Amino acid sequence: MSKSISLRGGLVLLCLLISLASLAPTVMKESLPDWWLKAFDPIHLGLDLQGGIHLVLGVEVEKAVEARLDSMTDQSESLLREKDIIFKRVERLPGERLAVTVYDQAAGDQVDALMKDSFPTLEALTVTQEGGFIQKNYRVSDKELADIEDYAVRQALETLRNRVDQFGVSEPTLQRQSDNRILIQLPGIKDPERAIALLGKTARLEFKMVVDQADIQAALAGNLAPGTRLLYEKNVDKATGAVSETPLVVEDKTALTGDLLSDAQVRIDTRFNEPYVSIDFNALGAKRFDQITAASVGRRMAIILDDTVYSAPVIRERISGGSAQISGSFNEQEATDLAIVLRAGSLPAPVKILENRTVGPSLGRDSINQGVMSVMIGGLLVVLAMVIYYNLSGLIATLALALNLLFIMAMLSLFKASLTLPGIAGIVLTLGMAVDANVLIFERIREEARLGKSARVAVEAGFSKALSSIVDANVTTLIAALVLFQFGTGPVKGFAVTLSVGIISSMFTAIFVSRVVFDFFLARRQIKRLSI
Amino acid sequence: MELIKHDLNFDFVGRIKLAVILSVIVILIGFGSMIFKGGLSYGVDFSGGILVQVKFNAATSAGDIKQSLKELDLGGVAVQAFGDDAHEFMIRAQSSSSEFSSLSDSVKQSLEKTYGAGSVEVRRAEMVGPQVGKDLRKKGLLALVYAMIGTLIYIAWRFELPFAIGAILALTHDVLITLGAFSLFNREIDLPIIAAFLAIIGYSLNDTIIIYDRIRENRGRYSKESFPTIVNRSVNETMSRTIMTTGTTLMVVIALFIFGGGVIHNFAFALLIGITVGTYSTIFVASAFVLAWDKWQAGRTGGLTPAKGKTA
Repeated sequence: MSKSISLRGGLVLLCLLISLASLAPTVMKESLPDWWLKAFDPIHLGLDLQGGIHLVLGVEVEKAVEARLDSMTDQSESLLREKDIIFKRVERLPGERLAVTVYDQAAGDQVDALMKDSFPTLEALTVTQEGGFIQKNYRVSDKELADIEDYAVRQALETLRNRVDQFGVSEPTLQRQSDNRILIQLPGIKDPERAIALLGKTARLEFKMVVDQADIQAALAGNLAPGTRLLYEKNVDKATGAVSETPLVVEDKTALTGDLLSDAQVRIDTRFNEPYVSIDFNALGAKRFDQITAASVGRRMAIILDDTVYSAPVIRERISGGSAQISGSFNEQEATDLAIVLRAGSLPAPVKILENRTVGPSLGRDSINQGVMSVMIGGLLVVLAMVIYYNLSGLIATLALALNLLFIMAMLSLFKASLTLPGIAGIVLTLGMAVDANVLIFERIREEARLGKSARVAVEAGFSKALSSIVDANVTTLIAALVLFQFGTGPVKGFAVTLSVGIISSMFTAIFVSRVVFDFFLARRQIKRLSI
Repeated sequence: MELIKHDLNFDFVGRIKLAVILSVIVILIGFGSMIFKGGLSYGVDFSGGILVQVKFNAATSAGDIKQSLKELDLGGVAVQAFGDDAHEFMIRAQSSSSEFSSLSDSVKQSLEKTYGAGSVEVRRAEMVGPQVGKDLRKKGLLALVYAMIGTLIYIAWRFELPFAIGAILALTHDVLITLGAFSLFNREIDLPIIAAFLAIIGYSLNDTIIIYDRIRENRGRYSKESFPTIVNRSVNETMSRTIMTTGTTLMVVIALFIFGGGVIHNFAFALLIGITVGTYSTIFVASAFVLAWDKWQAGRTGGLTPAKGKTA
């Protein structure tokens, strides 16, 4: 008996030591040796307690599909020309379709053969005939569609991760979710608005030639020459800060895109003391840039980011070094952010913010203080009630309760789970419910003692009879908690974690630890009457 | 110390009819309030929309804040005081287009125009798109249903099917009454409330199982007694534990309600109602259902208790 007591007592002590060791970094980080801090992490605080951003971005994959079809349209146009096939037009149609219009059946057959060869992922659809033309319809296959969408989301995740890394956030979370969504969590961030702007930007950099001879007034009225489009150049008046927009007609065809960049850096223009972004092309990009500038000396080239013209300088001479500058109306921080997104690459499709939760650090601090306050007051009330109601045995329950609290915190730190505000509520709730197991046992012991049994027999019977109730009751609560964990988004998950951990730990402390304490006292002395 | 005499013999079973009437009335009041108010009021998590929590240096009023936000055109703005002093407010609006991604900035700028720079602090800003809100609502409802199915299976396995149905009936009763209270007191249902509901389900079951366990035990021990007597005896025998556990749990929940801060207020409110009702429903819904089932069975075959056939 006494050997069994020391063995069980040893186990409890071991748990206690592990808990203390794992919690030490949370309480006194500075005074611990390095190996200790490496072995145990401090308790991780959720976003709602330390402040930060929780974002859910939806990748607009249909835009990626459109872009893909646009490039297929361009490619098939040049292929048709190469093969000298006479055609009227190639166009993208709604419903992930592409149509080639030709004049006769022979050309139609040639087109079919060519498309089948060059774009195996396209499925031939119906042929429509009208007014002497034959329109051949093709559709992107479902598998290809899924592939494009999947690739777009993966690529977006990669790009966003690059941006977050460049932005410098400690312990960011980026996760792909169902329905083409991406979850981003940035704890402890100082400037949430800036981070959101940075992440949400598509950052599609394009160079297009300006059509100077175009009639701006007609374009504003909606009459655009084919193959051109209307964009706006944003200007900020330095003196007044007023924003004005200048309309500009540019060619539809993109001369060069930002995919071919190798680097982007912020520089300061020494003459005007204004920031600009210096960009370097890779080898291929440099070659193309050289060709384009050589062919268009004297024309204006628009530098466009996400359909807004940053600047449209005149090409004065052929540029062969493979570098250029983007200047425009931005301050230094905007220039820095522009350089970041250019370095990190563009998103394959625009993203939309579906959910945005930002918690400032001061609210988190208040929440922690209030949470700790309620844990202390709640715990104190429970302890008082237990000691008043069960006397010395109530003290044993208090010991079990204190260990319980310690074990919950230790398990949170060992499992690297985050503590959230609902999580603290879960701990408070567990404190109240944890005593239930002790109450059940004590009530049973009282009942047994009333039947005239000796102290030791009453304790023995009390524990064994209460066991089935305790297990059944806790398992059902655990089922509810696990469902919650499955469902869990953010804070709710934190609640499920502390509740589940609390249930397991409270069963251990109430059934095992209290029993050891009872046995310890009963083995030492001849106790006639239990203080219960 | 003993609050409840150990030989307590209160006739709980005799009061079941009265309790059922009371429960039905309370649930109907809740439903009535929901119908009158056009459904439950959902927080941004479920309805979609925006929420900004701001703190001012000096006291102000909801009306003044609303006035200074007029230029933003957020569409149906509601401003509510938050916490005890008139320094902290919650601003809510339905609009949730992505243009409001820089929402906390624009709110801050508008407010600073009226109140002066540096006098406003944005403590929290949330934007939930309508699609995400819908998804969360669906997920929340599913979580409640799955929790019920999971526990139904467990109890049916550990006890008998009528016990499981009684337990589910009891927790449905608790959730319905808590929902009614939310409607009646104009409180919003958001994500943490789902957590609270699952905690209530857990607690209600916890309580129910303890009495079921005692009924099962007593059925074996006092096989000569009638089933209603056994149920009544079991409820009485566990009364001391019920009072003690509910008491301690309510104590901590009240501590949470008072000291936990505004963010956790509704959560604690849900628990307060749910746990109180959960304790009541264990006796007057869960146990009552098992009794009613037994009576109905007795009329047909012979009842749940083998011995009961003789006494009935």
